[in-house]
Amino acid sequence: MSTALLHVLRQNRLLRFAAALVALQVGLALLVPLLGFQDPYLQIMAQRIRPPGPEHLLGTDQLGRDVLARIVYGYRTSLLTCGAAVALALLMGGSIGMLAAYYRGWTDRLLMRMMDVLFAFPILLLAIGIIAVLGPSSLSAAYAIAIVYTPIFARLLRGPALVICESEYVQGAKAIGASDARILASHVLPNLMSVILVQASILLSAAILVEASLSFLGLGARPPTPSLGLMLSEGRNFLLLSPWPAVFAGLAILFLSFGFNLLGDALRDTLDPRLRRAE
Amino acid sequence: MSRNFLLIRLADLIVVLFGVSVLVFLMIRFIPGDAVAIMLGANTEITPERIAELESRLGLDLPVLQQYALWLTGVFHGDLGTSIWTGRPVTQEIGASLWPTAQLTLLSVIVGAGLSVPLGAFMAQSRGKGSEVAVRIGAIAGLTIPSFWLGIVSILLVAKYLPGVSMLGYVPFSQDPLGNLQRMILPVFALSLPMLANLSRLVRTAMLDALSQDYIRTARAKGAGRRRIVYHHALRNALIPFVTSVGVSIGYLLGGAIVVEQVFAIPGLGRLILGAIAERNYPLIQASILVVTASFVVINFLVDLLYAWIDPRISRQ
Repeated sequence: MSTALLHVLRQNRLLRFAAALVALQVGLALLVPLLGFQDPYLQIMAQRIRPPGPEHLLGTDQLGRDVLARIVYGYRTSLLTCGAAVALALLMGGSIGMLAAYYRGWTDRLLMRMMDVLFAFPILLLAIGIIAVLGPSSLSAAYAIAIVYTPIFARLLRGPALVICESEYVQGAKAIGASDARILASHVLPNLMSVILVQASILLSAAILVEASLSFLGLGARPPTPSLGLMLSEGRNFLLLSPWPAVFAGLAILFLSFGFNLLGDALRDTLDPRLRRAE
Repeated sequence: MSRNFLLIRLADLIVVLFGVSVLVFLMIRFIPGDAVAIMLGANTEITPERIAELESRLGLDLPVLQQYALWLTGVFHGDLGTSIWTGRPVTQEIGASLWPTAQLTLLSVIVGAGLSVPLGAFMAQSRGKGSEVAVRIGAIAGLTIPSFWLGIVSILLVAKYLPGVSMLGYVPFSQDPLGNLQRMILPVFALSLPMLANLSRLVRTAMLDALSQDYIRTARAKGAGRRRIVYHHALRNALIPFVTSVGVSIGYLLGGAIVVEQVFAIPGLGRLILGAIAERNYPLIQASILVVTASFVVINFLVDLLYAWIDPRISRQ
């Protein structure tokens, strides 16, 4: 698959652009401790609310902290929270979708009805309700996002999984007596990979916005954690004095979410044109 | 619309509403640790008497099934519980906050969905590689702009270039119609942009699909004008996937409204819920989530019916 991916990357300029945008931001988030950015927690009171300049490329915030450093570390917070949340959602929702498609009948009906109920809540409202129960923190936000996206993954993967379960190779594997677990792991799952890759990227893009919203509302990351949503809500309080922290934090959220959405969108076209119909 | 279709959908609706009510009811029971002590903890001293008093007030000392039955009976009688701190029925507090949110959401649907049709139809007229890429990037950018950031930036710009224009807060429409609408401009803009971006791309794709169908060729062969083909023949068929998407988008708007209300200091349900979370007023949180979700579910049910009415093939499946 990796050679196919490389080939596709070479072919498609839009995909290349999206992949580069995502790689840049993810790379920054992963490598930030090694890159010599300033300490995102360091408060220099004498340098509060500075506009962008040579010393602080994106200026400083109300406590004299370097905005660029806080944004890059904010990427880290956001990607850690959302990455873990989407992975968990994929694990739960993917399993449910695959089991429903494989066993059909009552298993299918029961599992998908449960998913319908979760899906009935407006996304952000359900996330807020879950955090109201668990108490505000980055971890609660991650759980909330994972639960909110579980029914979406289940619904998205059930359809393509149904098609695969009907296929001759799955029927053949059943006929020679392969176990259910083996069929699901080595026949159904690998054939779902392209759908999973596309949807994970698009849902990660949406999760980044949800996480930022939750932190903005004071329900996610706690101060003084560097968090993009938190930077926006703090920056709002001294907007007229210095708009920079809020403006840059918002742009950072936009670029991060935009990158993943474009990546998923471009992958959908190039990786497997049949996906459009499978959904 | 066939009667079977209606009955099946109605059964779905009831099952989902039942599931939603169970989850919302169980919310308090999911709180880790002693929920009642946590509820009391925010504002008062915790004593065993106070805990026992609140427990019996909330009915938490009864068996779960009985609690649920009592709670659901109350819900059907319009009793969604009492606010822990004010002692008033939560329906009163929700009622007072309902209109700003409903107005904000409704206006955003009208603007987002209303503008997306002509915009999508317009975009469908330009094809080719360059415009494909431009449409795609524009739509994704619109979809991923954080609405609260858009709100903050627009407040900043108005404060800078139009000083003295009040754009924050809320005035009831009945008191000051013009002031009400003026204060709705920025929030509606911020809230509806992602929906507009998403829907206009969808309309464009659906239009291009429709324009390549045989009946368009027939219409063209009969000598129908370009305008008539686009707006009368193609658009009508493009509307079918559009209607479903509008229904789903309303869920995003109801969630997004919570954040946008916070940015623009609008005293709606979002503020109510966040305030209730801060003071751990669980009956109020429960009731607000139930009201918003139930309305969303019913709206989507109506959208499903509308969908089947536009496209009779659906209900025959």
